[in-house]
Amino acid sequence: MLSITPPAPAVTRSLHVRELRRTTAERVIGPYALSLHSGECVVVSGPSGVGKSLLLRMIADLDPNQGELSITTSTVDTPMTTHARAAMSAPAWRKQVTYVAAESGWWADTLSDHLHIASHAQALTLLASLGLASDLMQAPIARLSSGERQRCALLRAIVQQPHFLLLDEPSSALDGDSALRLEAVLHSLKNNGTGLLVVSHNAAQISRIADRVLYMSSTALLESPA
Amino acid sequence: MSALMITPLALIITTLLVVLCAALSLVLALGVQRQLLWAALRMMVQLLIVGLFLRQIFALSSAWLTGLVICAMLAAACYEVSARQERRLRGIWHYLNGAAPIVAATLGVALLALTLALQPSPWYDARHAIPLVGIILGTVMNSASLALNYVFSTVTRERNAIEARLALGASRYVAFHDIIRRAVRAGLLPIMNQMAAAGIITLPGLMTGQILAGMDPTAAARYQILLLSLLAGGGFLATVGATLLAVRQLSDERDRLRLDRLR
Repeated sequence: MLSITPPAPAVTRSLHVRELRRTTAERVIGPYALSLHSGECVVVSGPSGVGKSLLLRMIADLDPNQGELSITTSTVDTPMTTHARAAMSAPAWRKQVTYVAAESGWWADTLSDHLHIASHAQALTLLASLGLASDLMQAPIARLSSGERQRCALLRAIVQQPHFLLLDEPSSALDGDSALRLEAVLHSLKNNGTGLLVVSHNAAQISRIADRVLYMSSTALLESPA
Repeated sequence: MSALMITPLALIITTLLVVLCAALSLVLALGVQRQLLWAALRMMVQLLIVGLFLRQIFALSSAWLTGLVICAMLAAACYEVSARQERRLRGIWHYLNGAAPIVAATLGVALLALTLALQPSPWYDARHAIPLVGIILGTVMNSASLALNYVFSTVTRERNAIEARLALGASRYVAFHDIIRRAVRAGLLPIMNQMAAAGIITLPGLMTGQILAGMDPTAAARYQILLLSLLAGGGFLATVGATLLAVRQLSDERDRLRLDRLR
């Protein structure tokens, strides 16, 4: 069974996005607004090229953008506190709100080299949950298939235990069985309190994992039934 | 031992060697004869002019004139570094990114050498300051240029890796660390090779020149050690400075990769 160290269970977090936009010489994207709560999976859908990946990248602050973003934290015993993105360093924000690209990059030779030594045990468990052999930890990244690399990139983000994961088409390179295993991992993450914002085009997958679905146009995010 | 004078006849004989090489290139259809002759002609004219020019500057012994000549040398080097890059930053930073570290490293190292090591009187004496700045500038310019070229040509190719690190919460300098390390290594390779080969594989140019000019070999060796240390220091400072400035321009204060600033 998948083992993911959960955040303190009594803590409830929400990611709030307001007036998120990007203005370039060519076009204006947004403004967008959304909220994502811990233990929730929200799927973003919409036509290709509308800017779904860009939306996730803007939330992670990887592309220039304007907007009010914050994380609110509350427990049973304490009042709600708000942490604005603007008041945090970008690395501190991204450790809490982590973006995983559809085709992520690699900077070392093996998966093991990309992970902190303390997270190796958890990584081995996750490898099994994702349907990957444990010897993949030491295999050269360059020799992995695109599907293996995609799952390893998700694993690399999960072991850092972010509060919110922004996943850009996380099963685009996976076969049906592997995609189901990945969805099981996403369910476990939800149960452990991680908030998931997922871009997906797969209607069947959306119906299996989404608590809410947001349909994206170039100017708005519209809520539609899951 | 006195210096051997180079007579016009000696110059003609050595020049004939280049002409012979050009003729061989023509006979063997190698196609380099024109460039070879043109480069040799340029070299001779440039060096004779600079020799005459420096003789006048040394004779005048003016601090202002020395400063002006050094400024002109620095300006030419800064232009050369920016012109050598295949890819370039947008706006004024394309020039500043190479110029600032080159000027700082060259002047810093030259001042150190003139005021603490060589100590000519006065310390800005043109006969010492101009050749010293010239030789430091050559190495510094080459090192900075190689490092910048490495950063600009690599950053687009390694975009996904850099962004993956940024997405996981790395700062921009951590995300660029591999590129920084490799760029500094690329920039320092020529001077490190020069130091490693000095005395075993080759006699460095300055030492050879001084020995031919009649200086005691041990004194010439001391000069060469001092000079290579200055070149290594200047090359390192310029390479690291240029690389870090480039990384700063290719990212922003929110630790984002900004390839839109590169063209």
